[in-house]
Amino acid sequence: MAGLELLSDQGYRLDGRKATELRKVQARMGVFAQADGSAYLEQGNTKALAVVYGPHEIRGARSRALHDRAIINCQYSMATFSTAERKRRPHGDRKSTEMSLHLKQTFEAAVLTQLYPRSQIDIYVKILQSDGGNYSVCVNAATLAVIDAGIPMRDYVCACTVGFVDETSLADLCYAEESGGVSSLALSLLPRGGQIALVQMDARLHQDHLDTLIEAAMTACKGVSKVLDQVVRQHLQEGSTLRE
Amino acid sequence: MKETPLSACERDFILKAIEEKKRLDGRQTYDYRKIKISFGTDYGCCFVDLGQTRVMAQVSCELIAPKESRPNEGIMFFNIELSPLASPAFEQGRQSELSVKLNRQLERCLRNSKCIDTESLCVVSGEKVWQIRVDVHMLNNDGNLMDASSIAAIAALCHFRRPDVAVQGEEVTVYSPEERDPIPLSIYHMPISVSFSFFQQGTYLLVDPCEREERVMDGLLMINFILFGKCTATNNKNIFLYTLPENFFVQTVRNY
Repeated sequence: MAGLELLSDQGYRLDGRKATELRKVQARMGVFAQADGSAYLEQGNTKALAVVYGPHEIRGARSRALHDRAIINCQYSMATFSTAERKRRPHGDRKSTEMSLHLKQTFEAAVLTQLYPRSQIDIYVKILQSDGGNYSVCVNAATLAVIDAGIPMRDYVCACTVGFVDETSLADLCYAEESGGVSSLALSLLPRGGQIALVQMDARLHQDHLDTLIEAAMTACKGVSKVLDQVVRQHLQEGSTLRE
Repeated sequence: MKETPLSACERDFILKAIEEKKRLDGRQTYDYRKIKISFGTDYGCCFVDLGQTRVMAQVSCELIAPKESRPNEGIMFFNIELSPLASPAFEQGRQSELSVKLNRQLERCLRNSKCIDTESLCVVSGEKVWQIRVDVHMLNNDGNLMDASSIAAIAALCHFRRPDVAVQGEEVTVYSPEERDPIPLSIYHMPISVSFSFFQQGTYLLVDPCEREERVMDGLLMINFILFGKCTATNNKNIFLYTLPENFFVQTVRNY
């Protein structure tokens, strides 16, 4: 989109945010009574729903069972109405399969799978509205769902997509910025130890800028973790007051 | 066929050797295996040997209608085939996890980095554009398929020549190689993938893991580089502690 300024002279982005500002995060846990764990998360205009089943016995091929850990099965799909044009193939295409693999990788690193040998944990994530940062919103929603299911994890898994434009790092990209040719980096982090679970970058970036971009991503992720922590504590408080 | 599992003592041996800075084939931490690139008789056919890992890439082209969202750009299509020829662990036909991963990473490496000028592939805007198809076949798997594939793909693209076309009004004439010399593709730069494998939660790092090292590694980081120090895409697997010093990336990046 030529002519659209991704970062104005005063330092404002297309939606009026500053360079390091995240979009508004709103989340709810326990949206489905039937699933073991579920969560709904909105980050700006991107909305995702995550559902967790498990740990339970391995369905299907018994040969996949690991003798010392649980296997994590992730499925990522986008609703057909989530993008501006109707999505013809919501799941099964390469990008969705890759996204499912990335989610699986991320959670295999965070969940304490050694506590549940020979079992399976299912994580299903669906994007209801897509406005950039799909992977990050999925990871954040899935983290809340896994916590809701009571499955132990090493730490919150927080993810954020950052971009690099005009020597500045922009945190939490929206769709217009992502498609505007900005080099974007998606990072998922375990904030307390500063451990990176997954880093993925598209488009070109000079090696000197890589460090600053990763630093900006880590700061943004730590910001997200504070919000997620608040959501979890609030949910627990509501749960305990209702029981009385 | 399921892969023969690695025995516990073999795994311990490899990890211990890495701790003592020794690799199975005697390489140093940052050493690559011997790379041999050879070309076939057809334009666009390339064989790459990375140690014992052998990979073949073939480029072909076809005139088709362009995508509606981009009517004046050509299309690049990549396909990586993992057949049982390379390793008994690969199954014919089934799209396994590894196959999706490699395909997406190669797409990211060559398509998202915009190394090929797709606008030069347009013949008639909105009606006919060239579709360049790169097929990569694994011939032998001895670790680090991604690096070998990226080298083979970009070498094959540089080697490839497409037929010359002439447009007169509505008519499009495609000349055969005998009538007019075929034209090379316009390539801006050559992205090459470099793989780093991590062991013992990130304490040890090796470049270009061989098959045995790949089986015991904790994590993998693939970075695509082009000249002048620009990196195009990164992708990493599993957890590693980011206590590596600030200039680690810059250091490793500068070496390549």
